Amino acid sequence: MQYLTDRKRAQGLGSGRTGTKTHWNAIVTSTLLVPAVPVFVFTVGAGLGGTYEEVLAYFSRPVPAILTALSMIVIVLHTLHEVREAIEDYMHGVSERMATIAATAFAYSLIAAGLLALIKLAL
Amino acid sequence: MADVNRGNRPLSPHLQIYRPQLTSASSIFVRATGIAIFFLMLLAVWWLLAAATSEAAFGFIDGLLRGWLGDIILLGATWSIWYLMLGRLRHVIWDFGHCLDVETSEKMGQGMFIAATALTVFTAIVL
Repeated sequence: MQYLTDRKRAQGLGSGRTGTKTHWNAIVTSTLLVPAVPVFVFTVGAGLGGTYEEVLAYFSRPVPAILTALSMIVIVLHTLHEVREAIEDYMHGVSERMATIAATAFAYSLIAAGLLALIKLAL
Repeated sequence: MADVNRGNRPLSPHLQIYRPQLTSASSIFVRATGIAIFFLMLLAVWWLLAAATSEAAFGFIDGLLRGWLGDIILLGATWSIWYLMLGRLRHVIWDFGHCLDVETSEKMGQGMFIAATALTVFTAIVL
């Protein structure tokens, strides 16, 4: 008779040492990419190519502004996950930690800057 | 964890001696496009922030993105983001327990390259 459950056996394994949670998070954000990517490409793409005044008018409408914000956040957080996985696989020790912190700082700064820009444009 | 088999487990293949295959290539491309999109999102945020700042700031980045260099970067970024979406969708399908055999996985890999290219052409025509 085995006393360990499958879950207990997997806990703590994997290069991230956090077992199944990282993987499940990746599946959740991967699924969210399916609506987020087309929304981002076509919403931002529709704004790109106009004059300065046209771009200002486009993003001052609530629907393009909120769709851009939402899809941007989903894409940045998903790709942060992707980059952190790559760092865990190929970097070790202090450089791994510094790279992970730098990538996370970059991602949250992007989100903050993007939201600030969209709020300024929308108001 | 006394009953866990630690000695006789299959090891992951070393990249340098691993024969390139459609399944591995399509998987490596998912990671590569994921990392590329992470950094390329800076361009989109820069463009938005410039639009919110001043006409001069907007003119610089908008001119860069709409020039020939920007066209190449945006075309590559568009292909990458479509490919990333499809590649990640393949992971979700696998994770839910479907299409795990090699033949179907290879077909999905081919499908990702073809569909990402078709979606990029579609995006370029529509926008």
